[in-house]
Amino acid sequence: MSDTNVSTTNQEPARNEVRTMLPPVDVVEDASGITLYADLPGVPKDKLSVRVEADTLTIEGEMTLPLATNMEASHAEVQLPRYWRAFTLGQELDRDNVSAEFKQGVLKLRIPKAEHAKPRKVEIQIL
Amino acid sequence: MYRTLFPGDLFAELDRLQRQVQRFTGPSTSIRGVGRNGFPALNVGGTPDSVEIYAFAPGLDPAKLDVTIERGVLTLSGERPNELPDEDRNATVHIGERFSGRFSRTVSLSDDVDPNRVTAEYGDGVLHISIKRHESAQPRRIEVKSH
Repeated sequence: MSDTNVSTTNQEPARNEVRTMLPPVDVVEDASGITLYADLPGVPKDKLSVRVEADTLTIEGEMTLPLATNMEASHAEVQLPRYWRAFTLGQELDRDNVSAEFKQGVLKLRIPKAEHAKPRKVEIQIL
Repeated sequence: MYRTLFPGDLFAELDRLQRQVQRFTGPSTSIRGVGRNGFPALNVGGTPDSVEIYAFAPGLDPAKLDVTIERGVLTLSGERPNELPDEDRNATVHIGERFSGRFSRTVSLSDDVDPNRVTAEYGDGVLHISIKRHESAQPRRIEVKSH
C-alpha cells in the first residue's frame, strides 16, 4: 500500500492574496479508509468549508471571536483570522462518500477507500 | 597589535541583532518566556474595564479545563487526549501534527484586575476568559468646579 494517498498540496492558489494559517492535522489510515482530524479553533460551523474538487480536498475556515469592544491586543499568537489547507487525494479514495463532523473547533473527516482498493488477500495457486 | 579572534566581533553583532529583534516583537519579555509554540495558543487584550484572554484550545471537554488565578498569575491547564491509534493497531499515522497530552500555560495579570469577577466561556474550541478591572483602577473623569 502506498503511503502517498493523501499528500499536502503546497501551492495555495493566489486568491486575492489572502494570508491564511495552516491548521495542524492528523491523518490516520486503516484498511477501510482515511481519517483526518484538523484543529480549527474559533471557526463556527457555518464558516467552515470542506470541498473535494477533482483530486483536491480543501479545508477552509474563517474565525469569529466574541471580541470585547474597545479591545487593544497586547499579546497575539494567533494573528490571522483564516485557515486554509489542501490535500491531494489518491485514486483509491472514494471522494463521493466523505463524511465530516465538526465539534468544538475539531474537524473529523472520514474518506473511505473505494471498494476495488480495499486490501484483499491474493491467493497464489501453486501449480 | 591586538586582533580579536572574530574580526568585527560576530557574536556581539548577533547579540545586538537579537536585542533589536526582541525590541520589535514585544515591549517586554515575561520571565516565563513568550512561549510562541505552546498549547493552547493565547491572545491577550485589554479594554479600559477588563482583561480579555482567548485560548485556542479545540476539542476539549470544558469540565476538564482548569483555570486558576493566584497571586496575579492566571494558569490554564488540562489534558488533551491522544486520538491517534496505538502502534499495534492496524492503522498507519501519516501526519501527526496536533497537540496531545498535558498542557499548562500562564498569563501574568496586571495589578488592577479583580480575581473575583472572572467569566470563562468555551465555544467553537476557544476559551474566552474575561477579568474585570477594579472600579478604582478605571479611568474617571474629574469634574473641575469653578467658584
